[in-house]
Amino acid sequence: MGNSVAGKITKVRFLSAGDQALVVEFGDRVDRKLSEDVLRLNATIRPWMLEGVIETVPTFRSLMIHFDPLVISREKLEHTIERVLGGDSGSQIDTRLWRIPVCYEAEFAPDLAEVAQLAGCSPSDVVVLHSGTIYHVYMMGFLPGFPYMGDLPPKLALPRRADPRLRVPPGSISIATSLTAIYPNESPGGWHLIGATPVRLFDLDRPSPALLAPGDAVLFQPVDRAHYEQIRQAVESRSYKVESEPIAA
Amino acid sequence: MMPGLKVLAPGFHTTVQDLGRIGYQDIGVPVSGALDEVSLRIANGLVGNSPATPGLEILLSGPSLEVTADSVRVAIVGAGASLRVGRGDPFVVPAGQSATLPGDEVFQVVAGRHSACCYLAVEGGIAVPLVLGSASTYTRAAIGGLEGRALRRKDVVPLAITRASLGTELRAPALPLAVGEQSIRVILGPQQECFTEEAVTALLNSEFRVSKDADRMGMRLDGPLLQHRAGWDIVSDAIATGSIQVPGSGQPIILLADHQTTGGYPKIATVISADLPVVGRRRSGDAIRFVAVSIETAEAAYCEQERRLTELVAGLKQIPQIGLDLSSLYGNNLISGVTTGVE
Repeated sequence: MGNSVAGKITKVRFLSAGDQALVVEFGDRVDRKLSEDVLRLNATIRPWMLEGVIETVPTFRSLMIHFDPLVISREKLEHTIERVLGGDSGSQIDTRLWRIPVCYEAEFAPDLAEVAQLAGCSPSDVVVLHSGTIYHVYMMGFLPGFPYMGDLPPKLALPRRADPRLRVPPGSISIATSLTAIYPNESPGGWHLIGATPVRLFDLDRPSPALLAPGDAVLFQPVDRAHYEQIRQAVESRSYKVESEPIAA
Repeated sequence: MMPGLKVLAPGFHTTVQDLGRIGYQDIGVPVSGALDEVSLRIANGLVGNSPATPGLEILLSGPSLEVTADSVRVAIVGAGASLRVGRGDPFVVPAGQSATLPGDEVFQVVAGRHSACCYLAVEGGIAVPLVLGSASTYTRAAIGGLEGRALRRKDVVPLAITRASLGTELRAPALPLAVGEQSIRVILGPQQECFTEEAVTALLNSEFRVSKDADRMGMRLDGPLLQHRAGWDIVSDAIATGSIQVPGSGQPIILLADHQTTGGYPKIATVISADLPVVGRRRSGDAIRFVAVSIETAEAAYCEQERRLTELVAGLKQIPQIGLDLSSLYGNNLISGVTTGVE
């Protein structure tokens, strides 16, 4: 069972995931405020800042801290977190706004018509809605480089497909519940596919393999088939750079 | 020619593993690494490697390999495992001691009947390119190891050095590799409150069996179904290795080295780190029981295991008289007879 800490910023519970992982739980919802609290703590407990911390994993509602109990005691770790949460010195998080090109044409969007039907609008309305929102990257998971982003316009919030696909092509833009995501690699998947990007979300040849990081913002930019193909070739020849800009703190 | 081990037969699932890919779970990359770190670390110690040197993890049945180097020093570690060396009249190198084999020699890894995994270490290590700082194979995303996959026939596993050093062979006096019926120690949580009291009692008082559905990502257990208090989908959070996740079916799954970094099912308990290698050794059909312990007990067990492992590796005994004469190794009775090789 966790014990609660009332801090200046927020209230958390400490939960144990075994003897070498501590969960700092902020809540149980998908929520921007919770996410920002998680990411702010994450920025302060990086492995190079605190000896004994091995790695940290931010999620929608909690931060998992993997640590070596031979180097830092759980007690000391909890005290440090309490101190961080109680103070108001937030670490600066460097985040970016990314403009990701997406082709929403039928060839790349096997579920667009059905999504439109379920949402009670036209496919082009779905495209306008989906590409007219700036999304927050909540967390990465499921596959290397797979971003969970939100929130979708309420009209597009649909349950997952009843019948998951065995193979979702890489680059697929997908939606389910209040979230949207991009499949970095071919994999099974149960989300609705409404487009595709030629951009590589996970590339081991980059110094930082994942394009996006938790806390980043994403705007999808509709492109036609011909433009998609141009970008795809530029990505192949490594001459394409995804447009992005720093987000002012 | 690059020194290597040529794969004559790959075994059931043989992959390059080290102690894991640390520091990338926040971008969705699992840690991977050996299911049984204790065995890999001892095997590395036996051939003079540092503990995290990449070796081969062998699941269920072993590969047959041919030495394509001037010579190699190898050691196998795993309960009941051995190496069967030679083409005609093979001799056996038991688990827990090193042996130096000449170029062109062939050997088969014989896996133990009672352990799901064993580890082959090679002096100098396996020389695959590091991906995000690790040689560990994560097949699901084709990362690490040999092209991100398990070994296949005709592969050549690249080695870091061409020739074994001239040192003597080493032997571990006893291998601390429990494979029996010992209970697996868990710490309840992080989400035991999502389960009924009966479910927690059932977890701790029932015998489960490792189902056929077991791989490097996780092992699904047969046994009583564990009921959730109210619903089984939670807002996704992060997963620690050893966490026991219970999806809607109520059938628990112990999440192992290749587990996804995040998930949306509640975790009723987490296997303590000192017992993760023990879980890794369990095979489909094996019984499994759980006992809850405190965090303090878990930390003490981890501390004790680290101390004993360090002591064991530091105290490996030299096997006298083998020296550099490879031919003497072949005739020497320090290599035990074929009788121990029938697993």
